[in-house]
Order: sequence, then C-alpha cells, then structure tokens
Amino acid sequence: MLTLQPIGQTKPKSMPGSKQGHLPHLPQSACDLSGVWHTVCPCLRKLSAFEVNSDLTTNVSIKPLTSDLQLEVEVEASVQMEEREGEDGVEQPPLCPIDPNTQGIIKGRDLFGYVGIEAVLDQMRRKTMKAGFEFNIMVVGQSGLGKSTLVNTLFKSKVSRKSCTPNYEEKISKTVNLQSICHVIEEKGVKMKLTVIDTPGFGDQINNENCWEPIVKYVNEQYEKYLREEQHVNRKRRIPDTRVHCCVYFLPATGHRLRPIDVEFMKRLGHIVSIVPVIAKADTLTMEERLEFKQRIRQDLEANGIRVYPQKEYDEDAEDRILNDKIRENIPFAVVGTDKEHQVNGNKVLGRKTKWGIIEVENVAHCEFANLRDLLIRSHLQDLKDVTHNIHYETYRVRRLNESNANGLGLSALSLENGTFDKNEAESQL
Amino acid sequence: RGSEICFKTQPGHDKEYVGFATLPNQVHRKSVKKGFDFTLLVAGESGLGKSTLVNSLFLTDLHKDRKLLNAEERINQTVEITKHTVDIEEKGVKLKLTIVDTPGFGDAVNNTECWKPITDYIDQQFEQYFRDESGLNRKNIQDNRVHCCLYFIPPFGHGLRPVDVQFMKALMEKVNVVPLISKADCLTPGEMKKMKDRVREETDKYGLKVYQFPDCDSDEDEEFKQQDRELKESTPFAVIGSNTVVEARGQRVRGRLYPWGIVEVENPSHCDFVKLRNMLIRTHMHDLKDITCDVHYENYRAQCIQQMTSKLTQDNRVESPIPILPLSTPDVETEKLIKMKDEELRRMQEMLQKMQQQMHEQDL
Repeated sequence: MLTLQPIGQTKPKSMPGSKQGHLPHLPQSACDLSGVWHTVCPCLRKLSAFEVNSDLTTNVSIKPLTSDLQLEVEVEASVQMEEREGEDGVEQPPLCPIDPNTQGIIKGRDLFGYVGIEAVLDQMRRKTMKAGFEFNIMVVGQSGLGKSTLVNTLFKSKVSRKSCTPNYEEKISKTVNLQSICHVIEEKGVKMKLTVIDTPGFGDQINNENCWEPIVKYVNEQYEKYLREEQHVNRKRRIPDTRVHCCVYFLPATGHRLRPIDVEFMKRLGHIVSIVPVIAKADTLTMEERLEFKQRIRQDLEANGIRVYPQKEYDEDAEDRILNDKIRENIPFAVVGTDKEHQVNGNKVLGRKTKWGIIEVENVAHCEFANLRDLLIRSHLQDLKDVTHNIHYETYRVRRLNESNANGLGLSALSLENGTFDKNEAESQL
Repeated sequence: RGSEICFKTQPGHDKEYVGFATLPNQVHRKSVKKGFDFTLLVAGESGLGKSTLVNSLFLTDLHKDRKLLNAEERINQTVEITKHTVDIEEKGVKLKLTIVDTPGFGDAVNNTECWKPITDYIDQQFEQYFRDESGLNRKNIQDNRVHCCLYFIPPFGHGLRPVDVQFMKALMEKVNVVPLISKADCLTPGEMKKMKDRVREETDKYGLKVYQFPDCDSDEDEEFKQQDRELKESTPFAVIGSNTVVEARGQRVRGRLYPWGIVEVENPSHCDFVKLRNMLIRTHMHDLKDITCDVHYENYRAQCIQQMTSKLTQDNRVESPIPILPLSTPDVETEKLIKMKDEELRRMQEMLQKMQQQMHEQDL
C-alpha cells in the first residue's frame, strides 16, 4: 500500500527512487513497476500548492497557483477532470492561469474540516492502474552487443525479439529493418504495455552509411501518426501512443573513444528522441579503464554537441537538476546483462560465471545495471514519456505545422473539418 | 627440436661414419650468429587490444607515446600502415622483430575496401623482394615480407562479420592469416566454445584459408602428438593481453584486475595466450617463414611473371622462351655506389684473410 502525502504538508525532500530517497524495499526479483506510480505523483504533489478561496461557499474552487501546473495536470489526467465534475456534482470554474502574486498556501490543518482534496490522488491512481502504462523502448547497436539480453534482464521477462520469434537465427541482415514486439507485463496490479523496438542490421555491414535513416524515419512516422490522431474531429479518449519514449544506444566496450558511426547516429537522433547511451558487455573493462572510457565519451559527446538524456535544458527545478547532474556524471552506464542465476554466498544472484569469478549483474560494485534500471524504470520512466510528449513531439508538431502552412495546404482534410482550426487554440490546449 | 641430434656411434663403424650428421648443428650455429628476422602484421578494429597483445607477446612496450584520435579526427581517417622494429636478444639468439600496425582499419562508417592499403603493402614487400632477387647484387637482400598476419575478431558478435570475411578472403592468398578472438575475458567458457565453433564453421563455409598447423611427424612421441592435437582443436585462439602486473595466488603475474576476480594472461585455463605464444614463437615461427617464402611469395612471383609474359606477347615483341625480366635499371649513381661498396668489402675480406693467416703462423 502506498502512503500518499496529505496535501499541504511539506514535499518529500527528494524524489523517491533516487539514491537518498526512500524507495520501498522490494525483493530484488521485482521489476518494481509500482515505482512508476511515484513518478506520476510529482504533478500531484504540486497540487498541494493549491489555493483555497477564503470565502468558502459550498463551491470549492480549485485554482492552480502557477501556470505550469496546468500543463502537467492536463497531460496526465485530462480524463480525471471530467470525472471529478461528475462525482461532486458541483460546478467547477475552468482551470485558468492566475498570476503568481496570489496569497500564500493555506495548509491543510488550517482548513475548517476535511475537504478531501487528497482523494484526487486515489482516484487518479485507480484510473491509471486500470488503464495501465505504455512504454516504448528502442534498442540500437551492432549485433552481438547484448541488446536482447539486456532488455530481458531489465524487465525480468523474455520480452526481446530473440525470445519471441520461433526459429530465431543469429544472422546479420543486409538492411536495417525495425521490428517491434509488444508485451503486457503486470506487477502488483500495475499493468504495463511494453513495446520493444529492435534494430537488427544496424552498423553490421561493411558500408554503414545512412544506416540510421530507417530509424529516423520510423521515429518520425510515429510522431506523424500521433499528430494525425490528435487532429481528428472525433478523437479517441486515449490516443494509442507508439512514439519512441527512449532509445538505448549500445556502445561496444573498446576502451578508446566514440566511433564515427556512434557520433553520426547520436547527432541525428539526439534531436528527436531521448537517447540513453550504455557501454555494452562492460565486463571486459577494469575499473580504471571504465572511468577513462566514460570520461572520453563524455568529452566526445560535448565536443560534438550531442545531448543525451537527461538533457540539461529540461531540468525543471533545482531538485531535478541535482538529481540529474548525478546521473549525468555517470553516463554512459557500463552494463552487463544475463538471464542466468548462480549461487553466491548462499544467495541466488543473476550473474555471469567465468573461470576467474562471478560477475553479479545487480551488484553496483561490479556493473551499473542497477543504476540503468533505476533510471529507466524506477525513477525516470514517466519523465521520459513527458519529455517525449512535451518536447520532442511538440518540436515535430511545430515543424510540421510550419511546413504545411508554408505549403499553403492544410495539414490534411481533417483539420478543415475541425471548423475553427486555429493553430493557437490547438497549442493552448496542449 | 630438430636441431638436437644424438647420433650414435657404434664401435667398429668408424670407417663408415662420414660425419655429415653434424650439419644441423652447423646450421644452428650459423643462424644464431646471423640472427633471425620476423615480420608480423596485426589487423583489426581499434580497441580490440592489438597493441596490448603484441606487448604481452614480446614483453616490450612498443606504443609508449601513442595518441588516440578523438571521434572528429577519426571521421576522416584513412587506413595507415605503421612499422615498428625492435631487436630482441635472448640467450645469445637475436631476433629482429618488425610489427606492422594498421590503425584506422574498420573504424570508419564506410569501410568498403579498407583492406586495400594492407594488401598493397604486402604486395609492395613482395615486389621489392622480387626485384632484389632478380638484381645483380644479391648479397644483402633485406627480407621485409610479411610472415604472419594476426587478425583480431571482436568477441562481441556472433561469429564472423561481413568485414571479417572480406578481409580474410583478400589476404588469405598473400599471407598466413591467424585469426584470433580478442578480449576473451568478455566470454564465459560456454559462450567461448560456441563462438569458436561458429568461427570454424563460417571459415569453412566461406572457404577461408587460414594458417594450418603442419601435422607433426609420425615419429614424434605421443605426448607431443597430443599437444599438437589440442593446439589444432583450440583454434581460433582466444586471447587476452595485459600491460600490468598484478598479484594473484601469491605470485606476480601479468593480468587484469577486476572487482570480481583476476584474469591471468598466462593461465591456460583463462585464455589461449600461452598457446599462441608457443605457436608463434617457440614452435612455428620457422614454418610461418617457410610458407611465406615457398607458397605465398612463389604465388606472387608466378603471377608477376605471367603478367609480364602476357604483356610481352601482347606487345608483339620477340617471343623468347625465357621471359626477359624487366630489371629495374638502377641509375648510374647507385651503380657506382654498389661498385665502390663491393670494392671495399673485397679489400676488407682480403685484410681479414691476411690477419688470420698471420695469427695462424704465429700459433704454429
């Protein structure tokens, strides 16, 4: 059972899931999707800054204190707003941005009696649990770097293409063809619809020029699909989200620097999707080599102007920045993946057994798999989705709309049916 | 092994004993005096541990001041050929070792024909030797021909990649190719076996001719035969190199220190480094040189001559049964120099002879 913070009390000092934060202790075998809930909460935590009108009538008007809140609430719970109206039977004024120079926060214990605003969290939780989460992850890298194994290890189930295709042959394909496999995994009542997009053939040929183009095309196609759905007159309640939320790029553990193909790929895709680079098969590097390698990679990334997730510009406040800085100091994570278990000191651990020792995958002294998993699933999963929706998708949308305006044509016939298709209106909705 | 001869002298057979059984000893002594030379080519993508392995094999530090190019510089990098020569002496035997390195191989985005500079280099060495051999003065021919090529296969893949296959196809007729699985500490024993099987399978499938160990003579003892068999079965060798010395089991060994254990380079259960070293240096070095001279060089020479004869017949010149080799006519300057040096050498030899005679007379 999650303990929900009552509204009005101080915010927790750090986001749950971070190293100092209090992460509910789960058995190691848990994939811990329930942690995702914590990442959804932030927007609701800020709801605690709601102002309550001093002249209390039967109407309780809930007005957000700052304008950015509106964005978050709309994104997460556009459905919830309608529900709330229906349940209370009370007319609620529409949410509108107020200027920030309004009265201070009235703490919960100052209210006359218990209002029940915090019940919103409960409702939201129930709704999202029923609806489930969607997450699309793309893995890119040369063949044999352990992409499928890592994905299986991350989600503790056989979700990769290798495990799902019968008669799987490890052949190097001549062109890059993307394949996506969809799974629904469930944990503690939380359902996640996970899509893994694999890119076999990337970087395997002798001439790898433009091998990133099919991938760029795919990412943009997903944005286009979503854009078109959004502009329908009769929109679905929940637009199926096939946009790529995260792209994990596998670097071979050479110990030297980024290769030209890595630079080219990350330059092109860093603008349209959140890239998380990882060092694959890192059990071939000693600790010193690993540190040096990472440093050189970070230098190369900076020198080439490549921005990987978490990007500095999208840190929202100081708290985020501190947390993300810690992560940025450690990327790319050096990971080792496996699905075999061995006995170490009487415990069963995931690891690779060699003649000189057992490499424990979840031991932070051995490799950084646990850090990657925490980043991707336990702490930043929702953030990845938000960044994709609010930033990458918006950039794409603006570009497309500008293009269509420049062409003098509407985006499609659908937009005209909308009647008053006004670009500003559409943007303000979002 | 072959130089140890124990000849049995049986009493009563002295009259029939000629004594040429000591020839191998004489050859041995002469070659020790002369010293050996060996040229080794290392090829493979950057970051696979080539330099480290070469250092570990020959216990040298050839790449002390190496500067790694950053990604920007590497985008426009082409394949280079660099040579390092080092003189090693051990127990009175001198080895002049030349390592030919190929930085830039396989690193670019477009690696089409990235092996061309390497094949060109090998051909150049053959050509130079051919000219020297056909020249007038053959006393001091320098043998720069590549005797062995170590090709590094990354352990990350599932066997041979397209670039590996193309490279080996291009080089297998020109040089002895020894494929190695690099950074072998990346694979568990089970994965290693699978990888080796895959590589062997694909080598057969694509018809790649890699260096085969000669079968040992039938009169060798059983233990040697067993060793030989094991050697052949464990190809391609999975190697690890290290420039650092660590402490393991109370000894100081070359190895790599990880949080989960220590990998010893010279431990045969950890990797095949010892087998490679034995094969390359201790047992098969001479065989590699022989095959280079007898097979690869001869192939090149035959091709060359064929090309020349076909050109001659095309030009409708006088058809002579013996093809006229277009000798590289050295210019007048170098001819003079050669004559001068010859004179000097002859004079010095005469002086030496005189001195020897004098010493001989004094002794008497």
